[in-house]
Amino acid sequence: MLARTANGLFWMARYLERAETSGRLTGTAHRIALTKLKDQELHWLSAMKSAGVDQEFLSSGSVITKQNAIDWLLRSSLNPSSALTSLTHARNNARLVRTAITSEVWEALNRAYLEISSALKRKIPERDLPDILNLIGEQIRSVHGALESTMLRNEILNFIRLGIFLERGDSTARILDVKYYVLLPSLGALGSPIDNLQWEIILRSTSGIGGFRMSYGNGADPSQIAKFLILDPRMPRSLIFCISKLRENLEFLSLSHQTTSLALSQVKTLEGEYKKINIDHVFKRGLHEFIQDLIYQLGQISNQIEADFNFHT
Amino acid sequence: MKSDHVSDFFFDEMFGATSLPRDPYLKYSEWLKAEGLKNIRKKQRESEHLFRLSGITFNVYVDGQAQERLIPFDIIPRIISSAEWVKLKNGIEQRVRAINSFLYDIYHHREIVKAGVLPEAMVSSNNAFLPRMINFDPPFGVYTHIAGIDIVRTAPETFYVLEDNIRTPSGVSYMLENRETMLHMFPELFSINNVQAIENYPIDLLRSLCSCAPTREERGVCAAVLTPGVHNSAFFEHAFLADKMGIELVEGADLLVTNGRLTMKTTAGLKEIDVLYRRVDDEFLDPLNFNPASQLGVPGLFDIYRAGAVTIANAPGSGIADDKAIYAYLPEIIEFYTGSPAILKNVPTWICSDENDLKYVVDNLDTLVVKEVHGSGGYGMLIGPAASKTELAAFKRKLLCSPHNYIAQPTLSLSTVPVLTRSGLAPRHVDLRPFALVSPGGISITPGGLTRVALKKNSLIVNSSQGGGTKDTWVLVD
Repeated sequence: MLARTANGLFWMARYLERAETSGRLTGTAHRIALTKLKDQELHWLSAMKSAGVDQEFLSSGSVITKQNAIDWLLRSSLNPSSALTSLTHARNNARLVRTAITSEVWEALNRAYLEISSALKRKIPERDLPDILNLIGEQIRSVHGALESTMLRNEILNFIRLGIFLERGDSTARILDVKYYVLLPSLGALGSPIDNLQWEIILRSTSGIGGFRMSYGNGADPSQIAKFLILDPRMPRSLIFCISKLRENLEFLSLSHQTTSLALSQVKTLEGEYKKINIDHVFKRGLHEFIQDLIYQLGQISNQIEADFNFHT
Repeated sequence: MKSDHVSDFFFDEMFGATSLPRDPYLKYSEWLKAEGLKNIRKKQRESEHLFRLSGITFNVYVDGQAQERLIPFDIIPRIISSAEWVKLKNGIEQRVRAINSFLYDIYHHREIVKAGVLPEAMVSSNNAFLPRMINFDPPFGVYTHIAGIDIVRTAPETFYVLEDNIRTPSGVSYMLENRETMLHMFPELFSINNVQAIENYPIDLLRSLCSCAPTREERGVCAAVLTPGVHNSAFFEHAFLADKMGIELVEGADLLVTNGRLTMKTTAGLKEIDVLYRRVDDEFLDPLNFNPASQLGVPGLFDIYRAGAVTIANAPGSGIADDKAIYAYLPEIIEFYTGSPAILKNVPTWICSDENDLKYVVDNLDTLVVKEVHGSGGYGMLIGPAASKTELAAFKRKLLCSPHNYIAQPTLSLSTVPVLTRSGLAPRHVDLRPFALVSPGGISITPGGLTRVALKKNSLIVNSSQGGGTKDTWVLVD
């Protein structure tokens, strides 16, 4: 495959997943903000911190209000990770690699872009927010459906999946981190009803509520929820799940390219660590630090993938 | 149908001179009457949605910003009978064969000049003539792997070739997508009418290209489409064709000449390419041999081409054959190489670099169409009968300053086919661009081609950059 094509596929997938993340983060922040009547602005700032876009927001001169935060996360063209910016990048990359993807995938992605960008044309009233977040989720899931049901199982799909799972791991990590920022001002609230409610929102934001109930019953124990989202290999958005998928796809690529990539050994090391630790380790070390470390490592792996497969030669 | 659909001065392909449909349109008209315009209109809107979804757009640059536009699609098909098509097909085949022989001749012995049929100056002083192609034999002697011949009609039996597109003819993706859209929206129409299929074009193109590969490798032939990139207005078509053929779409930066071979940079290292279907002009193909500022090409490509390591389609230097001044000589060129008179007529053409012709053109400017010799896309031309006195005077000054830049033709009464408008069916002028593929095995021509239609009332300009649209084109089975 053309190296430029591999690069385009990888980034198409990353931006697609990133668009979904911005939607999920917005939903998380909105629901958490609704759990409190005071200091709502702080929660929106938390969401932006988690998305890594708070600095840009503040330097854009905007005041933190619910409306401004929603706009920034979903539709601002100044925010490099807003749902709309990400989706535009995803579509531009898809256009570049049009020959590598099926027409079903292209049309699903193109439709997602057309529908979502039209819904995000105007400022979003709070009452419309849930519908718009649903639309973003639905449209992006239909692209995944097209990928799953129409793409040949070969290296093209491997590069797409690398992009998806890198970004998804990053996404789950950032959603968990929202909770950290929200907790900061009220550490004493650990285990309080409001704390539990917020953990439940984190579960919802990662589409994990049903799976969690099935596996862990009706409780909302923070350490169980964290375990579910970080270390449960059955949960398709958990960190360990994403890391295993990275490993699998890199293994297929090593086979088809008859080489061993450095990225593969990095991922294997990371997976090894995750298999050894339990959730108490994570909390002892500090959830926030743990997550920041993962985000850093995913960045390193991404760079290594780009180098291993000649993306920039 | 109301009879005011029929225009008084032009031949309408659906209704002729009456209000009754002509033979090829009989079944369609019956269907249309039963269907009703309201339903058809709904389908027209649906088709726009389909095109938008599949991303069949072209880029227009407005204030430096790229805008994605749809080429308007009209859902009333243009229908050609089998007998009409046979004549067109034979004429196109003859013409393309002659053009290929002509290209070989002017880059080798120049018999046509020696015979006094074509003035020497028409060849050597032509901008599109590529001296570096002299005495070079492209693989299997094929110069014009893909040709698009623009044809207009003025009467039931009268067709003219308006223009030959020999460099990098475009539009075939619209031909294919228009059919796809019609099949999607009106499957029943295709069971009432027996329409010749065109869906094989991409596979025919791939076979045709691969059969021109310079060498037979055991690994099989590797072909690729070279595009100037995503910002090019025809990028959609480049991606579309590469996709349908199942080959890589490459840019100059993906390619490298190494060890005398053309290679592309892949995730697993370099891979050899045997046939390059380029959608990049000659000038930009190779910065070492042509325009040194080009970022679109591949350094050294032309050297390995001359060494026989790669096939470039169409061959560099082919453009001279679609030059508008050479066009005037096509009837003689066809007769010279095929031994028979041209089946398809040329539009009479005055070459303004000729003193007598120039005088005629200046005296009759208000009745003529004047075009730039190297122009395309409908830009920079004068349509005499539609121009104001001031426009005529301004154009006359331009013409006299550089007469060699222009040719002139009579204003033709182009045939019309109805389009769907807000107030019902209305006649609009059309042309036709059939596509011919040349390979060592022969010439194959896809039945029909791309019909372009001037959507503005009375307009004769069908170019998409100037408000033209397209139609599905049917050739009926006998």
